Order: sequence, then structure tokens, then C-alpha cells
Amino acid sequence: MIRKLALTALLSLATPATSALAAGAEGHVEDFAFSFEGPFGKYDQNQLQRGLKIYTEICSACHGLKYVSFRSMAEEGGLGYSEDQVRAYASQVAILDEDANRDYYDAETGEFRTPTPADNFPAVTTANAPDLSLMAKARAGFHGPYGTGINQFFKGMGGAEYIASLLTGYTGEEKTEYGATLYENTAFPGGWISMAPPLAGEDVDFDDGHSNDLHHESEDIAAFLMWAAEPKMMQRKETGFLIVGFLIFLSVLLYLTNKRLWAPHKAKAKALNAKD
Amino acid sequence: MSGIPHDHYEPKTGIEKWLHSRLPIVGLAYDTLMIPTPKNLNWWWIWGIVLTFCLVLMIATGVVLVMHYTPHVDYAFASIEHIMRDVNGGYFIRYTHMNGASLFFFAVYIHIFRGLFYGSYKAPREVTWIVGMLIYLAMMGTAFMGYVLPWGQMSFWGATVITGLFGAIPFIGPDIQTWLLGGPAVDNATLNRFFSLHYLLPMVIAALVAVHIWAFHTTGNNNPTGVAVRTATKEEAEKDTLPFWPYFVIKDLFALAVILAVFFAVVAFMPNYLGHPDNYIEANPLSTPAHIVPEWYFLPFYAILRAFTSDVWVVMFAEWISFGIIDAKFFGVLAMFGAIAVMALAPWLDTSSVRSGRYRPMFKWWFLLLVIDFVVLMWLGAMPAEEPYSSFSLVASAYWFAYFLVILPLLGVIEKPLPRPATIEDDFNAHYGKAKSATPAE
Repeated sequence: MIRKLALTALLSLATPATSALAAGAEGHVEDFAFSFEGPFGKYDQNQLQRGLKIYTEICSACHGLKYVSFRSMAEEGGLGYSEDQVRAYASQVAILDEDANRDYYDAETGEFRTPTPADNFPAVTTANAPDLSLMAKARAGFHGPYGTGINQFFKGMGGAEYIASLLTGYTGEEKTEYGATLYENTAFPGGWISMAPPLAGEDVDFDDGHSNDLHHESEDIAAFLMWAAEPKMMQRKETGFLIVGFLIFLSVLLYLTNKRLWAPHKAKAKALNAKD
Repeated sequence: MSGIPHDHYEPKTGIEKWLHSRLPIVGLAYDTLMIPTPKNLNWWWIWGIVLTFCLVLMIATGVVLVMHYTPHVDYAFASIEHIMRDVNGGYFIRYTHMNGASLFFFAVYIHIFRGLFYGSYKAPREVTWIVGMLIYLAMMGTAFMGYVLPWGQMSFWGATVITGLFGAIPFIGPDIQTWLLGGPAVDNATLNRFFSLHYLLPMVIAALVAVHIWAFHTTGNNNPTGVAVRTATKEEAEKDTLPFWPYFVIKDLFALAVILAVFFAVVAFMPNYLGHPDNYIEANPLSTPAHIVPEWYFLPFYAILRAFTSDVWVVMFAEWISFGIIDAKFFGVLAMFGAIAVMALAPWLDTSSVRSGRYRPMFKWWFLLLVIDFVVLMWLGAMPAEEPYSSFSLVASAYWFAYFLVILPLLGVIEKPLPRPATIEDDFNAHYGKAKSATPAE
């Protein structure tokens, strides 16, 4: 019954792209080793900064980041920029998509004002590309045995892995369908994606001299997008250790209290048994 | 309040007497806390406290979330991100609330299966059982509507599919569905009423929980032997029981602390494990997700819903005998609600006079099979509706109904129960005697 309903909805509403997604097999997701995996994992500040550079110079042409504020780049457990650096960064961001960013419109001057640290990254809808704020949580790389994804405790959801796999997964094949060009990609469900390969390697020069081949660039942008989706990850894990540590300590105290409390009654039972 | 004789609250000072003669609230609290409790309760009896804690946790975190949430289709998704990014500690409160629902259902399933094994539903505790089933239904409604509030893709499409179930009711179904949604499709009106009800139903649950506790405090707790507490004199009762405070409060708090350590490890280190990635995509009525999957705690009943397709003979028979009024879609809905209804009727379907499964040699195995059946149904609910899963679902659903409608009534007649201890005291003493002989060095 649900199947019927879902199928009807699919057939009546689906665009060619989503029906291709439904029809195709799951893509292949490479297991990248990220610094933020597992309970002890932390963001690599340099990597996030490199990722921001890739986003600024390449991705931001088509993709927005509308839920991420500039000021969050100065927060702890993230990119670690100073407030001045954030202000300087925000002031040079261009509003490419004026319709989607009416907040920036200044009615008095009739112009779009310069972004400040209090603003969010602008939305971009012109290229019909999805917003990337939550992309690293909206895709799962690991489904684990029988779809349980049990390795999430050590590796996370695999959203960052999915992004990096997608960026390195282009085979170079192209095809035209309904007037649109599709590119073959081993990570994309269904195998064909409408996004042209955004990175080729050596697209961006890094100030820290880090390698800028395709593999490393993909890793860096994926890590940055993980931060964009989950900026409070490091605070969350720190809080977690505090709470779990406290609860374990409390459990021990309660265990001992409980044992002591029940001891006379259990001893009485034992003594009775010994007499029998 | 309790039928078990015990000491009651005696106001001593003047002010205590003054209050007690006007409102015996201290006495009520005292009697509730000091209720004589069978001293042989095992670790399966701790889940009631866990559930009470869950309700408080969900209401407390929920009240804070509401302070920052905006129930509007244009702002709901963004307001969740506002909570996650800008509200102090908001990410932790939201992840706790999100995973708290899972802890709530995990605990309630163990609590229900404990009741099913030890015969806690049998006379004189039928009312406790029925009220418990009502709490469970209210929990399902609350959880479902709460899942819609973030207004992600799974929220939207889950709401579309589940409200569609009501549309399957013959003749009046489509009208009921429109009435529930507040319009022809899931939209702002739906989101607003779900938000309102998501805040209302927990208050109903809290009231039902009070009635649930009132009911079993009247009959007294069941216990692993199913043997009743001796109530002839206070002395006898005291041999079988210990007061709830401090003996069971401390024991339950210890268990709660251990469970919460695991729970908060999940919240802090894998908060999205039990969620669905699609719910981090804002709701889009023009794009259907490839797989619409409910939350894990609905999966067993979702599997039963999908199991009865139009090619199953019972469905064909029902359609034929009802002149086509009961089609496969409606049959599935009836089966899903029926699966809960047969469970609620267990007190009258179980014909055995022995409460505890411990002393029922045949029942034990059928019960074990029911637990396995439940887990298998949960797995099948997550699988696509295709072979071989469809056939498995049908067999597993059939067993669920057979357990309650055929096996429970028959077992009471054909099974020869094992001898039970005469009193709870005997069971308690025997248990600690065995523990001694097992460890002679002690």
C-alpha cells in the first residue's frame, strides 16, 4: 500500500534526475580517514581553512551556504580566525544572486550592502545547485551491515566521505539526456550527475604549502563542509566526555550504596538458607 | 492507597496536622514513596523509572526547544538550524530531545515485553495494562508529530504517507484525511496543528502515567514469581516486601545512571545514528525521497502494515466478503492497529492461571519466538517492499497475531505449569541461598 503510494507520488512528481536516483544502485563511497572521526576526533584547523579557500574560489560560484554565519568562523573548535580576519573575509564576499539575498538590499541607497560578520554566507540559487550548509549531514556514506551503519560510532555518518568520493569519482564519461549534460560518477547514486567536475587538481594554491592534488583538495573541502554542517562538533564531544564521565562516577556510587543498602536483607536470606 | 498493609503517614507537628486535615498531599507523597514492593523484583523492573525519567527529560528539553522554534513552513527548518548553531547549548538540547525519543521507545518495548513474560497484564492488573497501552498509543502519536516539526524531507513525506493511512478508511477516509491535514495536502496548517498536538499529548501522557501508577499501587506490583504478596497481616506483608524508598529508588537510580551513560554517549558521539540523512534536506513537495522509511521504533508495525498486499488470500477473502469495501490498503491499516489491539486484549486472551512465564515450560519458548518475531519485523520494516522480504513480513505478521489469538488461549488449556514458590519470601531466600552455594569461597 505504501509502495503503491510512494510509486504514484514518484511517478507523478519526480523530475528525471530523482527518478534516475531511485532507479540506480547506491554509489561507491571511499573510506577517507578524517581527523574528526570517532569520539576523540577533532577538526584540523588548517584543513578547514584550506577547505574554505576552495569553497570561496570554486564552489561559491554555484552553491550557497545560507545557514552558516561568518562570525561562526571565529568560534572555537572551528576555523579559528580572529574577528578582524572574519570581518575582512565577509567584506569581500560578493552577492551573486540578488533575488535570493534580499536581506542585503539597502532601500535607502538602492544598492546591495557589504556583508558583515553578523551575516550568513549568501544563498546561491542561480545555477539550481543545492545549498551546501548541511550537505555533509544530508548524505550518508556508511550504511554498514544490513543498513545499520554500526560503524558510525568510530567514523561518523560518512557524509564527508561521500562528498570527497563524489569529487574524486568522475570517470570522464559524458552523455546528453533531455538536453542536459550528465557526467558519469562512481559515487553518485544512479551513476550520472548533472554537476560538471568542479575540481581537477591544482585548482587552488594553499598558503601552508599543502598538496593541492585532486585527492587532497577533495578531502579539504569535504572537511570544511562537515564543519559547516556541524560547527559545534568539538564542543559536543567535550560535553559528552564530561556527562558520561560524571554518570559513570555516579553509577559507581549508586552501585555501592545499593549494595550496602540491601546487604542486611540478603544476609538474612543467606543465614536462613544456611540453617536449612 | 495500596491493598498491602503498611504504616501510613502520621502528621506530628501542628502545621502538619493543619495541612493534613485540609489537603493530605504529604500523606499521598509518603504513601506513594513508601509503598511496599515485592523484594524479589529483578532488573527487568527498572524500566518504569527510566520511562518516567524519559517523560520528564522530553518535556524539559521540549519546553526549551519551543522557545526557539518557529512553526511555519518557511521558517521551521531554518529555526532548527538556528537552535543548532546560535542558541547556547541548543545543539545538545536538540540532540538530547531527538535521541530521547529513541530511549523512550527502547525502554517502553522492554517494559511491555517484561509485562508479557511475567504476566503483569493478568488479573487484577488489567486496568494498569490497558492504561499502559493508551500511553503507548499516545507516545506513538506524539513521536510521529514531533518528527514532522523539523520540516525535513522525511518529516514531510512521513506525514504524507501516515496521514494517507486514514485516507484508506472506506467512504469517509478522504474527508478524515483532509480534516487531519487541515487542507488537501501536508502544508502549513498541518505543521501548526501537529506542533500544537505535539505539545498537548505529552500532558495527556503525564496524566495517564499518574493513572498507571495509581492503578498498580492499588493492586501492588507484580513480581518475577507472579505469586501475590501476603496481605493478611502487616507482619506477613513485611516478610514479602520492602518499602519503595530507599530500597528500589536507589536500585532504579543505579540502573538509570548506567543507561544514561550509554544514552549520552550516543547523543555526544553519534547523535545522527538513529536519524535519517534526508531529514537534513528541507521539505520539498516536488521531490520524493527514494525510500520513505519511518523511525526505527515504528518499523515492526510498518512491516505489518505493508505485509498484507492484494495477492494474499486473507486480503482477497476480506475484499470478496465485504463487496470490495475492505481493499488491501485498508486491510493493512486494520492489521497495523489490530496488532496493537490484540496486545491490549492479552489479559482476556491468556487463559493460563499462572502469571509468571518462569513456571510455564511451553509458554517460555513461544514468548521467546515472539521477541525474535518483533526484532525480525523491525528489520523487515526497513527493507524495500519486494521479495523475499514481503513473504517474510507476512509470516512474521501472522505469528504476531497467532501468538495472541491462538497460542495464548490454547497454552492455558494444554500446558502443565511447574510448581511455584509458596511465597515471595521463599523465592527471595532461595535466590540468595543459591548465590551462596555457587560461590563457596564467599
